[in-house]
Amino acid sequence: MVTSTNGAHGQNGNGHRPSRLRDYSAWTLFRRGLDGSDWPRAWHDHDLRSSYDAVIIGGGVHGLATAYYLAKNHGIRNVAVLEKSYIGGGGSGRNTAILRSNYLTPEGVRFYDRSVKLYEHLAADLNFNVMFSQRGHLTLAHNDSSLRTMHWRTEVNKLQGVDSEVIGPDKIKELVPYLDTSERTRYPILGALYHPPGGIIRHDAVVWGYARGADAHGVHIHQKTEVTGIDVEHGRVTGVQTTRGRIATPIVLNATAGWSTLISNMAGVKMPVQTFPLQAAVTEPVKPFLDTVVVSGTLHVYVSQSDRGELVFGASVDPFASYSIRGSLEFTEGIAGHVLELMPPLSKMRLLRQWAGLCDMTPDYSPIMGPTDVEGFYVDVGWGTYGFKAGPVAGEAMAACIADRRPPEIISAFGLDRFLAGRLVGEKGAAAVGH
Amino acid sequence: MMLLPCPWCGPRSAGEFRFTGESGPRPDPTTTTTDEWRSYLYLQDNPCGWSREGWYHGAGCRRFFTVERNTLSNEVRATGGPR
Ligand SMILES: Cc1cc2nc3c(=O)[nH]c(=O)nc-3n(C[C@H](O)[C@H](O)[C@H](O)COP(=O)(O)OP(=O)(O)OC[C@H]3O[C@@H](n4cnc5c(N)ncnc54)[C@H](O)[C@@H]3O)c2cc1C
Ligand SMILES: [Zn+2]
Repeated sequence: MVTSTNGAHGQNGNGHRPSRLRDYSAWTLFRRGLDGSDWPRAWHDHDLRSSYDAVIIGGGVHGLATAYYLAKNHGIRNVAVLEKSYIGGGGSGRNTAILRSNYLTPEGVRFYDRSVKLYEHLAADLNFNVMFSQRGHLTLAHNDSSLRTMHWRTEVNKLQGVDSEVIGPDKIKELVPYLDTSERTRYPILGALYHPPGGIIRHDAVVWGYARGADAHGVHIHQKTEVTGIDVEHGRVTGVQTTRGRIATPIVLNATAGWSTLISNMAGVKMPVQTFPLQAAVTEPVKPFLDTVVVSGTLHVYVSQSDRGELVFGASVDPFASYSIRGSLEFTEGIAGHVLELMPPLSKMRLLRQWAGLCDMTPDYSPIMGPTDVEGFYVDVGWGTYGFKAGPVAGEAMAACIADRRPPEIISAFGLDRFLAGRLVGEKGAAAVGH
Repeated sequence: MMLLPCPWCGPRSAGEFRFTGESGPRPDPTTTTTDEWRSYLYLQDNPCGWSREGWYHGAGCRRFFTVERNTLSNEVRATGGPR
Protein backbone atom coordinates (compact mmCIF):
# COMPACT_ATOMS: atom_id res chain seq x y z
CA MET A 1 0.00 0.00 0.00
CA VAL A 2 1.26 3.46 -0.82
CA THR A 3 1.18 5.93 2.04
CA SER A 4 1.26 9.64 1.55
CA THR A 5 3.48 12.06 3.36
CA ASN A 6 2.44 15.61 4.01
CA GLY A 7 2.58 16.99 0.50
CA ALA A 8 -0.39 19.25 1.06
CA HIS A 9 1.10 21.21 3.93
CA GLY A 10 4.38 22.82 4.80
CA GLN A 11 6.51 25.33 2.95
CA ASN A 12 7.25 24.92 -0.72
CA GLY A 13 10.30 26.15 -2.59
CA ASN A 14 8.90 29.60 -3.24
CA GLY A 15 8.29 30.27 0.40
CA HIS A 16 4.50 30.43 0.14
CA ARG A 17 2.18 27.76 1.40
CA PRO A 18 0.44 25.64 -1.22
CA SER A 19 -2.98 27.22 -1.32
CA ARG A 20 -6.24 25.42 -0.85
CA LEU A 21 -8.38 25.48 -3.96
CA ARG A 22 -9.61 29.05 -4.01
CA ASP A 23 -12.95 29.35 -5.68
CA TYR A 24 -13.49 31.24 -8.85
CA SER A 25 -16.97 32.71 -8.52
CA ALA A 26 -19.06 35.70 -9.56
CA TRP A 27 -18.32 37.16 -6.12
CA THR A 28 -14.49 36.89 -6.41
CA LEU A 29 -14.67 38.31 -9.94
CA PHE A 30 -16.66 41.26 -8.62
CA ARG A 31 -14.33 41.78 -5.64
CA ARG A 32 -11.16 41.68 -7.73
CA GLY A 33 -12.79 44.04 -10.18
CA LEU A 34 -13.24 46.47 -7.31
CA ASP A 35 -9.88 46.19 -5.56
CA GLY A 36 -7.86 45.53 -8.72
CA SER A 37 -5.60 42.96 -7.02
CA ASP A 38 -3.82 40.18 -8.94
CA TRP A 39 -5.34 36.74 -9.22
CA PRO A 40 -3.37 34.11 -7.29
CA ARG A 41 -1.29 31.74 -9.39
CA ALA A 42 -3.29 28.66 -10.41
CA TRP A 43 -0.34 26.34 -9.72
CA HIS A 44 3.12 26.80 -8.24
CA ASP A 45 6.78 26.04 -8.83
CA HIS A 46 8.56 23.90 -6.27
CA ASP A 47 12.02 22.63 -5.47
CA LEU A 48 12.49 19.02 -6.49
CA ARG A 49 12.16 16.71 -3.48
CA SER A 50 14.65 13.87 -3.29
CA SER A 51 11.80 11.40 -3.05
CA TYR A 52 8.11 11.12 -3.84
CA ASP A 53 5.51 8.41 -3.22
CA ALA A 54 4.76 8.43 -6.95
CA VAL A 55 6.27 10.08 -10.01
CA ILE A 56 4.18 10.73 -13.10
CA ILE A 57 6.11 11.37 -16.30
CA GLY A 58 4.27 13.65 -18.74
CA GLY A 59 2.33 16.82 -17.98
CA GLY A 60 -0.52 16.26 -20.43
CA VAL A 61 -4.15 15.68 -19.56
CA HIS A 62 -3.42 12.04 -18.65
CA GLY A 63 -0.56 12.71 -16.25
CA LEU A 64 -2.28 15.66 -14.58
CA ALA A 65 -5.66 13.93 -14.26
CA THR A 66 -4.00 10.88 -12.70
CA ALA A 67 -2.19 13.12 -10.21
CA TYR A 68 -5.43 14.92 -9.38
CA TYR A 69 -7.41 11.72 -8.73
CA LEU A 70 -4.51 10.11 -6.82
CA ALA A 71 -4.65 13.05 -4.42
CA LYS A 72 -8.39 13.62 -4.39
CA ASN A 73 -9.77 10.07 -4.45
CA HIS A 74 -6.98 8.18 -2.70
CA GLY A 75 -5.23 10.73 -0.47
CA ILE A 76 -1.86 10.07 -2.18
CA ARG A 77 -0.52 13.62 -2.32
CA ASN A 78 3.24 13.31 -2.24
CA VAL A 79 3.28 13.07 -6.01
CA ALA A 80 5.38 14.75 -8.70
CA VAL A 81 4.34 15.34 -12.29
CA LEU A 82 7.48 15.76 -14.43
CA GLU A 83 7.14 17.60 -17.72
CA LYS A 84 10.11 18.19 -20.01
CA SER A 85 8.70 21.38 -21.52
CA TYR A 86 5.46 23.06 -20.38
CA ILE A 87 2.20 21.41 -19.32
CA GLY A 88 -0.06 20.81 -22.29
CA GLY A 89 2.91 21.14 -24.67
CA GLY A 90 2.31 17.65 -26.10
CA GLY A 91 -0.84 16.30 -27.69
CA SER A 92 -2.99 17.77 -24.94
CA GLY A 93 -2.44 21.30 -26.20
CA ARG A 94 -2.45 20.37 -29.90
CA ASN A 95 -5.56 18.28 -30.34
CA THR A 96 -8.85 19.24 -31.95
CA ALA A 97 -10.73 18.67 -28.70
CA ILE A 98 -13.44 16.32 -29.93
CA LEU A 99 -15.18 14.26 -27.25
CA ARG A 100 -17.49 11.31 -27.93
CA SER A 101 -18.20 7.77 -26.80
CA ASN A 102 -19.72 6.07 -29.88
CA TYR A 103 -17.00 3.44 -30.22
CA LEU A 104 -17.25 -0.09 -31.59
CA THR A 105 -16.31 -2.58 -28.87
CA PRO A 106 -18.33 -2.91 -25.63
CA GLU A 107 -15.10 -2.37 -23.62
CA GLY A 108 -14.37 0.82 -25.55
CA VAL A 109 -17.90 2.25 -25.44
CA ARG A 110 -18.22 1.70 -21.70
CA PHE A 111 -14.82 3.27 -21.05
CA TYR A 112 -15.27 6.39 -23.20
CA ASP A 113 -18.82 6.84 -21.93
CA ARG A 114 -17.52 7.12 -18.38
CA SER A 115 -15.16 9.83 -19.63
CA VAL A 116 -17.94 11.85 -21.26
CA LYS A 117 -19.90 11.61 -17.98
CA LEU A 118 -16.89 12.88 -16.01
CA TYR A 119 -16.42 15.69 -18.54
CA GLU A 120 -20.06 16.72 -18.10
CA HIS A 121 -19.36 17.55 -14.46
CA LEU A 122 -15.72 18.57 -14.81
CA ALA A 123 -16.24 22.34 -14.77
CA ALA A 124 -18.09 22.07 -11.44
CA ASP A 125 -15.67 19.51 -10.03
CA LEU A 126 -12.58 21.58 -10.88
CA ASN A 127 -14.24 24.99 -10.41
CA PHE A 128 -12.74 25.86 -13.80
CA ASN A 129 -14.69 26.62 -16.97
CA VAL A 130 -13.72 23.92 -19.46
CA MET A 131 -16.32 25.05 -22.01
CA PHE A 132 -17.68 21.60 -22.88
CA SER A 133 -20.12 22.09 -25.75
CA GLN A 134 -22.20 18.96 -26.40
CA ARG A 135 -23.25 20.00 -29.85
CA GLY A 136 -23.55 16.57 -31.46
CA HIS A 137 -21.16 14.52 -33.55
CA LEU A 138 -21.82 13.25 -37.10
CA THR A 139 -19.76 10.57 -38.82
CA LEU A 140 -20.62 10.46 -42.51
CA ALA A 141 -20.89 7.25 -44.51
CA HIS A 142 -20.02 7.40 -48.19
CA ASN A 143 -20.22 3.69 -48.93
CA ASP A 144 -22.12 0.57 -47.89
CA SER A 145 -19.40 -0.85 -45.71
CA SER A 146 -19.15 2.30 -43.56
CA LEU A 147 -22.93 2.36 -43.27
CA ARG A 148 -22.84 -1.23 -42.07
CA THR A 149 -20.17 -0.43 -39.46
CA MET A 150 -22.32 2.48 -38.27
CA HIS A 151 -25.35 0.25 -37.75
CA TRP A 152 -23.10 -2.11 -35.83
CA ARG A 153 -21.79 0.75 -33.68
CA THR A 154 -25.33 2.04 -33.05
CA GLU A 155 -26.41 -1.34 -31.69
CA VAL A 156 -23.33 -1.72 -29.46
CA ASN A 157 -23.81 1.88 -28.25
CA LYS A 158 -27.50 1.39 -27.44
CA LEU A 159 -26.73 -1.73 -25.41
CA GLN A 160 -24.42 0.41 -23.26
CA GLY A 161 -27.00 3.18 -22.97
CA VAL A 162 -25.09 5.54 -25.27
CA ASP A 163 -27.17 7.85 -27.48
CA SER A 164 -26.37 6.95 -31.12
CA GLU A 165 -28.43 6.50 -34.27
CA VAL A 166 -27.98 6.17 -38.02
CA ILE A 167 -29.66 9.01 -39.93
CA GLY A 168 -30.25 9.64 -43.64
CA PRO A 169 -29.21 12.51 -45.93
CA ASP A 170 -32.38 14.57 -45.25
CA LYS A 171 -31.81 14.69 -41.52
CA ILE A 172 -28.10 15.38 -42.13
CA LYS A 173 -28.98 18.34 -44.34
CA GLU A 174 -31.22 19.69 -41.58
CA LEU A 175 -28.38 19.51 -39.06
CA VAL A 176 -25.70 20.87 -41.39
CA PRO A 177 -27.26 22.89 -44.22
CA TYR A 178 -23.91 23.69 -45.83
CA LEU A 179 -23.00 20.04 -46.47
CA ASP A 180 -23.20 18.88 -50.06
CA THR A 181 -25.64 15.99 -49.67
CA SER A 182 -26.47 15.78 -53.38
CA GLU A 183 -25.87 12.64 -55.38
CA ARG A 184 -23.64 14.25 -57.96
CA THR A 185 -20.54 14.36 -55.74
CA ARG A 186 -17.61 12.00 -56.12
CA TYR A 187 -18.43 10.31 -52.80
CA PRO A 188 -22.15 10.89 -52.15
CA ILE A 189 -23.23 10.92 -48.51
CA LEU A 190 -25.39 7.85 -47.88
CA GLY A 191 -26.06 8.39 -44.19
CA ALA A 192 -24.40 9.25 -40.92
CA LEU A 193 -23.88 8.02 -37.41
CA TYR A 194 -25.37 10.74 -35.21
CA HIS A 195 -24.17 10.98 -31.62
CA PRO A 196 -25.86 13.90 -29.78
CA PRO A 197 -23.72 13.87 -26.58
CA GLY A 198 -20.47 14.28 -28.56
CA GLY A 199 -18.93 17.71 -28.93
CA ILE A 200 -15.89 19.88 -28.34
CA ILE A 201 -14.18 21.31 -25.28
CA ARG A 202 -11.52 23.89 -24.47
CA HIS A 203 -8.50 21.57 -24.27
CA ASP A 204 -6.13 24.05 -22.57
CA ALA A 205 -8.70 24.72 -19.88
CA VAL A 206 -8.94 20.99 -19.11
CA VAL A 207 -5.15 20.79 -18.71
CA TRP A 208 -4.97 23.94 -16.58
CA GLY A 209 -8.01 22.95 -14.50
CA TYR A 210 -6.47 19.58 -13.61
CA ALA A 211 -3.11 21.24 -12.90
CA ARG A 212 -4.77 23.75 -10.58
CA GLY A 213 -6.78 21.01 -8.85
CA ALA A 214 -3.76 18.73 -8.41
CA ASP A 215 -1.63 21.63 -7.12
CA ALA A 216 -4.29 22.56 -4.58
CA HIS A 217 -4.21 18.98 -3.27
CA GLY A 218 -0.44 19.18 -2.77
CA VAL A 219 0.87 17.61 -5.98
CA HIS A 220 4.14 19.10 -7.29
CA ILE A 221 4.08 20.00 -10.96
CA HIS A 222 7.63 20.34 -12.28
CA GLN A 223 7.86 21.88 -15.73
CA LYS A 224 11.14 21.98 -17.69
CA THR A 225 12.13 18.75 -15.95
CA GLU A 226 13.05 15.97 -18.34
CA VAL A 227 13.31 12.34 -17.33
CA THR A 228 16.54 10.86 -18.67
CA GLY A 229 16.56 7.46 -17.00
CA ILE A 230 14.60 5.07 -14.81
CA ASP A 231 16.31 3.07 -12.07
CA VAL A 232 15.20 -0.54 -11.85
CA GLU A 233 16.69 -2.90 -9.24
CA HIS A 234 15.77 -6.59 -8.98
CA GLY A 235 12.78 -6.08 -11.27
CA ARG A 236 11.32 -3.10 -9.44
CA VAL A 237 11.42 0.65 -9.88
CA THR A 238 13.50 2.58 -7.37
CA GLY A 239 13.73 6.03 -8.90
CA VAL A 240 14.03 8.29 -11.92
CA GLN A 241 16.92 10.37 -13.25
CA THR A 242 16.04 13.87 -14.40
CA THR A 243 17.78 16.94 -15.75
CA ARG A 244 17.35 18.41 -12.24
CA GLY A 245 18.65 15.41 -10.31
CA ARG A 246 17.56 12.00 -9.09
CA ILE A 247 14.25 11.26 -7.43
CA ALA A 248 13.71 8.11 -5.37
CA THR A 249 10.25 6.61 -5.82
CA PRO A 250 8.60 3.18 -5.77
CA ILE A 251 5.97 4.16 -8.39
CA VAL A 252 6.47 5.57 -11.88
CA LEU A 253 3.70 6.18 -14.40
CA ASN A 254 4.57 6.63 -18.06
CA ALA A 255 2.03 9.13 -19.47
CA THR A 256 4.10 10.50 -22.32
CA ALA A 257 1.97 9.52 -25.34
CA GLY A 258 4.09 10.08 -28.48
CA TRP A 259 7.35 9.73 -26.52
CA SER A 260 6.19 6.77 -24.43
CA THR A 261 8.37 4.16 -26.16
CA LEU A 262 11.47 6.11 -25.15
CA ILE A 263 10.35 6.20 -21.51
CA SER A 264 9.39 2.51 -21.44
CA ASN A 265 12.78 1.64 -22.96
CA MET A 266 14.41 3.31 -19.95
CA ALA A 267 12.67 0.72 -17.75
CA GLY A 268 13.39 -2.10 -20.21
CA VAL A 269 9.74 -2.58 -21.22
CA LYS A 270 9.06 -3.30 -24.93
CA MET A 271 5.98 -1.67 -26.42
CA PRO A 272 3.63 -2.23 -29.34
CA VAL A 273 3.58 1.48 -30.13
CA GLN A 274 4.59 3.46 -33.18
CA THR A 275 4.78 7.25 -33.18
CA PHE A 276 3.08 9.12 -36.01
CA PRO A 277 2.57 12.86 -36.47
CA LEU A 278 -1.00 14.13 -36.77
CA GLN A 279 -1.71 17.52 -38.26
CA ALA A 280 -4.54 19.99 -37.87
CA ALA A 281 -5.36 23.49 -39.07
CA VAL A 282 -7.72 26.38 -38.36
CA THR A 283 -9.19 29.04 -40.60
CA GLU A 284 -9.81 32.68 -39.87
CA PRO A 285 -12.83 33.17 -37.58
CA VAL A 286 -16.29 33.66 -39.06
CA LYS A 287 -19.79 33.93 -37.63
CA PRO A 288 -21.14 30.71 -36.13
CA PHE A 289 -22.80 28.53 -38.78
CA LEU A 290 -21.68 24.98 -38.02
CA ASP A 291 -23.35 23.49 -34.94
CA THR A 292 -22.07 19.93 -35.07
CA VAL A 293 -18.79 18.12 -35.44
CA VAL A 294 -18.63 16.58 -38.94
CA VAL A 295 -16.32 13.64 -39.67
CA SER A 296 -15.77 11.75 -42.90
CA GLY A 297 -13.63 8.64 -42.67
CA THR A 298 -13.68 8.11 -46.42
CA LEU A 299 -12.40 11.62 -47.15
CA HIS A 300 -10.00 11.52 -44.17
CA VAL A 301 -11.22 14.83 -42.84
CA TYR A 302 -13.20 16.34 -39.99
CA VAL A 303 -14.49 19.85 -39.32
CA SER A 304 -15.89 21.73 -36.35
CA GLN A 305 -16.32 25.40 -35.50
CA SER A 306 -14.66 26.68 -32.36
CA ASP A 307 -16.31 29.09 -29.94
CA ARG A 308 -14.12 31.80 -31.45
CA GLY A 309 -15.57 31.07 -34.88
CA GLU A 310 -12.52 29.42 -36.44
CA LEU A 311 -13.11 26.28 -38.45
CA VAL A 312 -10.96 23.49 -37.05
CA PHE A 313 -9.82 20.91 -39.61
CA GLY A 314 -8.21 17.57 -38.91
CA ALA A 315 -7.25 14.46 -40.83
CA SER A 316 -5.72 11.04 -40.29
CA VAL A 317 -2.09 10.60 -39.22
CA ASP A 318 0.80 11.32 -41.58
CA PRO A 319 1.60 8.39 -43.88
CA PHE A 320 4.83 7.39 -42.12
CA ALA A 321 6.11 7.08 -38.54
CA SER A 322 8.07 10.08 -37.26
CA TYR A 323 8.90 12.17 -34.20
CA SER A 324 8.99 15.33 -36.30
CA ILE A 325 6.28 17.86 -35.56
CA ARG A 326 6.59 19.89 -38.75
CA GLY A 327 3.54 20.50 -40.88
CA SER A 328 3.52 19.56 -44.55
CA LEU A 329 2.17 21.05 -47.75
CA GLU A 330 0.71 17.66 -48.72
CA PHE A 331 -1.51 17.85 -45.66
CA THR A 332 -2.74 21.37 -46.42
CA GLU A 333 -3.54 20.51 -50.02
CA GLY A 334 -5.30 17.30 -49.08
CA ILE A 335 -7.39 18.80 -46.32
CA ALA A 336 -8.45 21.81 -48.35
CA GLY A 337 -9.59 19.60 -51.22
CA HIS A 338 -11.54 17.26 -49.00
CA VAL A 339 -13.21 20.00 -46.96
CA LEU A 340 -14.40 21.60 -50.20
CA GLU A 341 -15.83 18.31 -51.42
CA LEU A 342 -17.96 18.30 -48.27
CA MET A 343 -18.74 22.03 -48.04
CA PRO A 344 -18.15 23.83 -51.36
CA PRO A 345 -19.19 27.28 -49.99
CA LEU A 346 -16.01 27.37 -47.86
CA SER A 347 -13.78 27.94 -50.89
CA LYS A 348 -13.08 31.58 -49.94
CA MET A 349 -12.00 30.80 -46.37
CA ARG A 350 -8.35 31.38 -45.48
CA LEU A 351 -6.20 29.11 -43.33
CA LEU A 352 -4.74 30.83 -40.30
CA ARG A 353 -2.52 28.19 -38.72
CA GLN A 354 -1.39 24.62 -39.17
CA TRP A 355 0.45 22.44 -36.67
CA ALA A 356 1.31 18.86 -35.77
CA GLY A 357 1.47 16.70 -32.66
CA LEU A 358 2.74 13.18 -31.95
CA CYS A 359 0.42 10.19 -31.68
CA ASP A 360 1.31 6.86 -30.06
CA MET A 361 -0.48 4.38 -32.32
CA THR A 362 -1.21 0.81 -31.20
CA PRO A 363 -2.00 -2.17 -33.45
CA ASP A 364 -5.67 -2.33 -32.35
CA TYR A 365 -6.41 1.39 -31.93
CA SER A 366 -7.05 0.86 -28.22
CA PRO A 367 -4.97 2.28 -25.36
CA ILE A 368 -2.52 0.41 -23.12
CA MET A 369 -3.16 0.93 -19.41
CA GLY A 370 -1.96 -0.78 -16.27
CA PRO A 371 1.08 -2.46 -14.71
CA THR A 372 4.07 -3.89 -16.57
CA ASP A 373 6.55 -6.68 -15.84
CA VAL A 374 8.66 -4.15 -13.91
CA GLU A 375 7.11 -3.77 -10.47
CA GLY A 376 6.01 -0.21 -9.78
CA PHE A 377 6.29 0.82 -13.44
CA TYR A 378 2.87 1.60 -14.92
CA VAL A 379 1.84 2.75 -18.38
CA ASP A 380 -1.04 4.90 -19.59
CA VAL A 381 -0.20 5.15 -23.27
CA GLY A 382 -1.31 4.20 -26.76
CA TRP A 383 -3.64 7.19 -27.00
CA GLY A 384 -3.12 7.55 -30.71
CA THR A 385 -5.29 10.23 -32.26
CA TYR A 386 -8.13 9.89 -29.75
CA GLY A 387 -6.79 10.18 -26.21
CA PHE A 388 -7.87 13.63 -25.15
CA LYS A 389 -11.45 12.53 -24.61
CA ALA A 390 -10.19 9.77 -22.29
CA GLY A 391 -8.24 12.05 -19.93
CA PRO A 392 -10.71 11.99 -17.01
CA VAL A 393 -11.55 8.28 -17.07
CA ALA A 394 -7.94 7.28 -17.64
CA GLY A 395 -6.82 9.50 -14.75
CA GLU A 396 -9.48 8.08 -12.47
CA ALA A 397 -8.71 4.48 -13.45
CA MET A 398 -4.90 4.81 -13.32
CA ALA A 399 -5.11 6.47 -9.90
CA ALA A 400 -7.18 3.51 -8.68
CA CYS A 401 -4.77 1.09 -10.35
CA ILE A 402 -1.79 2.64 -8.55
CA ALA A 403 -3.53 2.98 -5.18
CA ASP A 404 -5.01 -0.55 -5.17
CA ARG A 405 -2.07 -2.16 -6.98
CA ARG A 406 -4.36 -3.71 -9.58
CA PRO A 407 -6.27 -2.43 -12.62
CA PRO A 408 -9.93 -1.60 -11.96
CA GLU A 409 -12.52 -3.48 -14.01
CA ILE A 410 -13.12 -0.62 -16.46
CA ILE A 411 -9.59 -0.89 -17.89
CA SER A 412 -9.05 -4.63 -17.43
CA ALA A 413 -9.26 -5.26 -21.19
CA PHE A 414 -6.54 -2.71 -21.99
CA GLY A 415 -3.47 -4.29 -20.35
CA LEU A 416 -0.07 -4.48 -22.04
CA ASP A 417 -0.25 -8.28 -21.76
CA ARG A 418 -3.11 -8.45 -24.27
CA PHE A 419 -0.77 -8.35 -27.27
CA LEU A 420 1.23 -11.46 -26.45
CA ALA A 421 -1.97 -13.14 -25.25
CA GLY A 422 -3.67 -12.35 -28.58
CA ARG A 423 -6.65 -10.54 -26.94
CA LEU A 424 -6.74 -7.38 -29.04
CA VAL A 425 -9.56 -4.83 -28.63
CA GLY A 426 -10.11 -3.81 -32.25
CA GLU A 427 -11.35 -0.21 -32.44
CA LYS A 428 -10.06 0.70 -35.89
CA GLY A 429 -13.58 0.93 -37.29
CA ALA A 430 -14.44 3.69 -34.78
CA ALA A 431 -11.09 5.36 -34.14
CA ALA A 432 -9.09 5.57 -37.38
CA VAL A 433 -10.20 9.09 -38.36
CA GLY A 434 -13.03 9.80 -35.94
CA HIS A 435 -10.93 11.21 -33.05
CA MET B 1 8.65 17.45 -49.46
CA MET B 2 10.67 14.39 -48.53
CA LEU B 3 12.66 12.58 -51.23
CA LEU B 4 13.22 8.84 -51.01
CA PRO B 5 16.08 7.13 -52.85
CA CYS B 6 14.40 4.28 -54.73
CA PRO B 7 17.22 1.87 -55.70
CA TRP B 8 15.58 1.39 -59.10
CA CYS B 9 14.08 4.79 -59.94
CA GLY B 10 16.33 7.22 -58.10
CA PRO B 11 15.12 9.99 -55.76
CA ARG B 12 11.33 10.49 -55.85
CA SER B 13 8.77 12.33 -53.75
CA ALA B 14 7.70 10.35 -50.68
CA GLY B 15 4.09 10.67 -51.84
CA GLU B 16 4.79 8.00 -54.48
CA PHE B 17 5.61 5.43 -51.82
CA ARG B 18 3.88 3.48 -49.09
CA PHE B 19 5.59 3.13 -45.71
CA THR B 20 5.66 -0.55 -44.71
CA GLY B 21 7.22 -0.17 -41.27
CA GLU B 22 10.36 -1.14 -39.40
CA SER B 23 12.36 -3.87 -41.02
CA GLY B 24 13.75 -6.67 -38.95
CA PRO B 25 14.16 -10.43 -39.19
CA ARG B 26 10.89 -12.31 -39.71
CA PRO B 27 10.64 -15.55 -37.74
CA ASP B 28 10.16 -18.72 -39.77
CA PRO B 29 6.38 -19.38 -39.62
CA THR B 30 6.91 -23.14 -39.62
CA THR B 31 9.06 -23.22 -36.50
CA THR B 32 8.17 -20.03 -34.59
CA THR B 33 6.38 -20.04 -31.23
CA THR B 34 3.17 -18.04 -30.71
CA ASP B 35 4.97 -15.58 -28.45
CA GLU B 36 7.76 -15.02 -30.96
CA TRP B 37 5.29 -14.50 -33.77
CA ARG B 38 3.15 -12.03 -31.82
CA SER B 39 6.24 -10.14 -30.69
CA TYR B 40 7.26 -9.88 -34.32
CA LEU B 41 3.76 -8.70 -35.31
CA TYR B 42 3.15 -6.16 -32.57
CA LEU B 43 6.26 -4.98 -30.74
CA GLN B 44 8.10 -2.02 -32.26
CA ASP B 45 11.46 -0.40 -31.65
CA ASN B 46 9.93 2.98 -32.55
CA PRO B 47 13.31 4.73 -32.35
CA CYS B 48 13.71 8.49 -32.17
CA GLY B 49 16.67 8.78 -34.55
CA TRP B 50 18.04 6.47 -37.25
CA SER B 51 15.75 3.60 -38.22
CA ARG B 52 15.86 0.89 -40.90
CA GLU B 53 12.50 0.61 -42.58
CA GLY B 54 10.66 -0.69 -45.61
CA TRP B 55 8.95 1.31 -48.36
CA TYR B 56 6.94 0.25 -51.40
CA HIS B 57 7.17 2.26 -54.60
CA GLY B 58 3.49 2.00 -55.52
CA ALA B 59 3.44 4.86 -58.03
CA GLY B 60 6.71 3.80 -59.67
CA CYS B 61 8.52 0.50 -60.09
CA ARG B 62 6.19 -1.24 -57.59
CA ARG B 63 9.05 -2.82 -55.73
CA PHE B 64 9.87 -3.01 -52.02
CA PHE B 65 13.14 -1.67 -50.65
CA THR B 66 14.82 -0.62 -47.43
CA VAL B 67 16.12 2.80 -46.40
CA GLU B 68 17.59 4.35 -43.31
CA ARG B 69 15.71 7.39 -42.07
CA ASN B 70 16.19 9.64 -39.09
CA THR B 71 12.72 9.71 -37.55
CA LEU B 72 13.34 13.05 -35.83
CA SER B 73 14.71 15.04 -38.78
CA ASN B 74 13.27 12.85 -41.59
CA GLU B 75 16.71 12.85 -43.22
CA VAL B 76 17.04 9.76 -45.43
CA ARG B 77 20.06 7.77 -46.61
CA ALA B 78 20.24 4.80 -48.92
CA THR B 79 21.12 1.45 -47.42
CA GLY B 80 23.19 0.22 -50.31
CA GLY B 81 20.45 -2.38 -50.77
CA PRO B 82 19.25 -3.96 -54.04
CA ARG B 83 20.29 -2.33 -57.28
C1 LIG C 1 -3.61 17.30 -34.21
C2 LIG C 1 -4.19 16.39 -33.17
C3 LIG C 1 -5.57 16.29 -33.05
C4 LIG C 1 -6.14 15.46 -32.08
N1 LIG C 1 -7.50 15.45 -31.94
C5 LIG C 1 -8.06 14.76 -30.91
C6 LIG C 1 -9.46 14.87 -30.68
O1 LIG C 1 -10.18 15.60 -31.37
N2 LIG C 1 -10.00 14.16 -29.65
C7 LIG C 1 -9.23 13.35 -28.85
O2 LIG C 1 -9.78 12.71 -27.94
N3 LIG C 1 -7.88 13.24 -29.04
C8 LIG C 1 -7.29 13.94 -30.05
N4 LIG C 1 -5.92 13.86 -30.26
C9 LIG C 1 -5.12 12.95 -29.42
C10 LIG C 1 -4.81 13.58 -28.07
O3 LIG C 1 -4.28 14.87 -28.24
C11 LIG C 1 -3.79 12.74 -27.29
O4 LIG C 1 -4.15 11.38 -27.33
C12 LIG C 1 -3.74 13.17 -25.83
O5 LIG C 1 -3.57 14.56 -25.72
C13 LIG C 1 -2.64 12.44 -25.09
O6 LIG C 1 -2.52 13.03 -23.82
P1 LIG C 1 -1.34 12.62 -22.87
O7 LIG C 1 -1.52 13.39 -21.61
O8 LIG C 1 -1.28 11.14 -22.78
O9 LIG C 1 -0.02 13.05 -23.65
P2 LIG C 1 0.58 14.48 -24.07
O10 LIG C 1 -0.41 15.56 -23.92
O11 LIG C 1 1.24 14.31 -25.38
O12 LIG C 1 1.64 14.70 -22.93
C14 LIG C 1 2.83 13.96 -22.87
C15 LIG C 1 3.87 14.87 -22.26
O13 LIG C 1 5.02 14.13 -21.94
C16 LIG C 1 6.11 15.01 -22.03
N5 LIG C 1 7.35 14.25 -22.10
C17 LIG C 1 7.80 13.50 -23.14
N6 LIG C 1 9.00 12.95 -22.84
C18 LIG C 1 9.31 13.37 -21.58
C19 LIG C 1 10.43 13.15 -20.72
N7 LIG C 1 11.49 12.39 -21.09
N8 LIG C 1 10.41 13.73 -19.49
C20 LIG C 1 9.36 14.51 -19.09
N9 LIG C 1 8.28 14.74 -19.87
C21 LIG C 1 8.26 14.18 -21.11
C22 LIG C 1 5.82 15.82 -23.29
O14 LIG C 1 6.51 17.04 -23.31
C23 LIG C 1 4.31 15.99 -23.20
O15 LIG C 1 3.90 17.24 -22.66
C24 LIG C 1 -5.31 14.67 -31.23
C25 LIG C 1 -3.93 14.75 -31.37
C26 LIG C 1 -3.35 15.61 -32.31
C27 LIG C 1 -1.87 15.69 -32.42
ZN1 LIG D 1 11.00 2.71 -57.82
